[in-house]
Amino acid sequence: MAESLPTRPPRVGLFATCLVDLFRPAVGFAAAKLLEDAGCEVVVPPQTCCGQPAYNSGDRQTSRALALQMMDAFSGCDYIVVPSGSCGGMISRHYPELFEDEPQLARRARDFAGKTYELVSFLTDVRGVTTVDAAYEGPVTYHDSCSGLRELGIHDQPRKLLASVRGLELVEMDEADVCCGFGGTFAVKYGEISDAIVSKKAAHVTASGAPLLLAGDLGCLMNMAGKLSRAGSAIQVRHVAEVLAGLTDEPPIGAAREVKS
Amino acid sequence: MSLHPTTPAFKANAHQALGDTELQKALGHVQGGFIAKRAAAVARLPEFDDLRDNARDIKDHVLAHLDLYIEHYEQRVRDAGGHVHFARSSEEACKTIVDICRTHGAKSVTKGKSMVSEEIGLNDAIEAAGMVAVETDLGEYIIQLRHETPSHIIAPAVHLTKEQVEQDFRRVHTHLAVDRDLSQPVQLLTEARGILREKFLAADVGITGANFLIAETGTSIIVTNEGNGDLTQTLPKVHIVIASIEKIVPTLEDASQLLRVLARSATGQDMSVYTTLSTGPRRAEDPDGPEAYHVVLVDNGRSAMLGGEFEDMLRCIRCGACMNHCPVYHAVGGHAYGWVYPGPMGAVLTPSLIGVEKGGQLPNASTFCGRCESVCPVRIPLPKLMRHWREREFERHLTPAVQRGGLALWAFFASRPALYKPATALAMRMLGFFGRTKGRFASLPFAGGWTKYRDLPAPSGQTFQTAWRARRGGRR
Repeated sequence: MAESLPTRPPRVGLFATCLVDLFRPAVGFAAAKLLEDAGCEVVVPPQTCCGQPAYNSGDRQTSRALALQMMDAFSGCDYIVVPSGSCGGMISRHYPELFEDEPQLARRARDFAGKTYELVSFLTDVRGVTTVDAAYEGPVTYHDSCSGLRELGIHDQPRKLLASVRGLELVEMDEADVCCGFGGTFAVKYGEISDAIVSKKAAHVTASGAPLLLAGDLGCLMNMAGKLSRAGSAIQVRHVAEVLAGLTDEPPIGAAREVKS
Repeated sequence: MSLHPTTPAFKANAHQALGDTELQKALGHVQGGFIAKRAAAVARLPEFDDLRDNARDIKDHVLAHLDLYIEHYEQRVRDAGGHVHFARSSEEACKTIVDICRTHGAKSVTKGKSMVSEEIGLNDAIEAAGMVAVETDLGEYIIQLRHETPSHIIAPAVHLTKEQVEQDFRRVHTHLAVDRDLSQPVQLLTEARGILREKFLAADVGITGANFLIAETGTSIIVTNEGNGDLTQTLPKVHIVIASIEKIVPTLEDASQLLRVLARSATGQDMSVYTTLSTGPRRAEDPDGPEAYHVVLVDNGRSAMLGGEFEDMLRCIRCGACMNHCPVYHAVGGHAYGWVYPGPMGAVLTPSLIGVEKGGQLPNASTFCGRCESVCPVRIPLPKLMRHWREREFERHLTPAVQRGGLALWAFFASRPALYKPATALAMRMLGFFGRTKGRFASLPFAGGWTKYRDLPAPSGQTFQTAWRARRGGRR
């Protein structure tokens, strides 16, 4: 594939995901910086949601409509890159399933799926990035979000890039690969069970001793940050892209933006 | 002890389980023990993933030709002098077994561990017919004393602590010295062993399940770690095997392939301590064995799964790895699932067997973390099958109205980018403004399901798309 690449920089459509779009634009900017540093041209087509909430709620019709909308919006891109293993997995693993019975659309979905990557795996596996130009002083711990880990095989990539951040020390927590209890609508539909699961996760995060928790999915991060702050913890929470891009000016997830005057 | 599912009350069951401190203590052991042992066993066998592919293919092959193999199996059992009975439903299966017991004038029946016997409510049927059924697997024996159902398919009493078991033994075994020491697990084991030994010797009929039924030889195979299955099936005059139809595999070679993944996935053992094969009743030259050998093949809804979107579930070899690795199971234990089969495999199988109207909570109560699928020895795509159930529910309007309404509202905006952008930009500006000093919300209208348990981090205020266009100008 490498020799057939055009000489112009690859045109990467950044799909921020709805959660990043709505709650934490800093992750989108961090992703854009990392992509541009990796020699890509970044575009941000108008976008809403990949359709995963509908898909996982059994609403195939809405998921199909949103998948078609996504494929139209990003049609001019060489790659689609997503700062989320969950939404990335939705596109690259599940879009083709949505159109299984329609050969033409299925082919289109497969092509689209084949061009879609989670951010960190795109940087390392496709662009061959091995180091980033960023600094962060101190220990951090990293949570493996489920879809990224088990659908997309993302485990070593973020750790490799984090190792190149100047001053950063990665402290592994116990059960880093166990679900945080978010699960999309699960967190609300089965709030009490979700709470039990995220409480265990918060205990492991705390036991790691690291004052900063990183992960690659904003849903999981908001769940863990929300639990940690509810429990009165001072542990900070950020998307891994923010640290890799060296863009940590934004207050951490769930932290105050303004001091009360 | 009840066949009546409490699955529709899953949330209430879960609530109770989360508040049960003894249960929570016991569940801690599931997480530690099983997971680490499986991982170590898998690490010792580099070809493990290839074996999983093989195991999947063997089961798929059987399911595609199940009628043929059942016919062949039945013939081979008869050739060996045994009898095969077909049962379409729980009632038929129970009646068949009770009739066999009656024919032989049975008073006492010993049982090896069998989940399908739980499924059909066999113990109740035996007792209703005036006979005594004694569970001989230690875990099953314990829960029988407590009038409970198994909370795990291979470790039925995993929800109990050893202190609880000690209390039960003191309550029931009143003929033994009151001041005996039962503080160590081995003492509990020794006591149960002594009592069960008498039951084994007194039994008229022994009932076991089967891990595999071999079509080429008419053999049934069980695996145990206690040897209770051997005593159950060799000492009484009559041995009844109860098994569901998908337990059939073509050859002994296939069974040995499956055995290589079964114990490793279940307990992290290379093999279970006992793997026992039985083919027909005692032959003239055999030193021991039953005089009569019956197999009751139970359908109970399984043939309806063949050829459909839940057929993959029939590959299940009941190792329990999915529940051992499930964060939801770890949180609430097996009884919360409300019927016979808990955990991810139960979440798929239960609606197939008792209907999605009653079982529909279970496939919804999953985060789709995918850890179950990643450890399944026969590669059942459990999250995908749970999602299929959600689709069936959605199509039939069984999805709760609040969820459906929320989804419809969100879908309305998400499928209209021109509306979505200004609407979300405004909403986030307001949320961001109100949340700016704390950075999070401890409560928020319409978000109570979230904020009851955790804070909701406040948005930055400007959406990414708005901010991007502001910063990057005309460049999209």
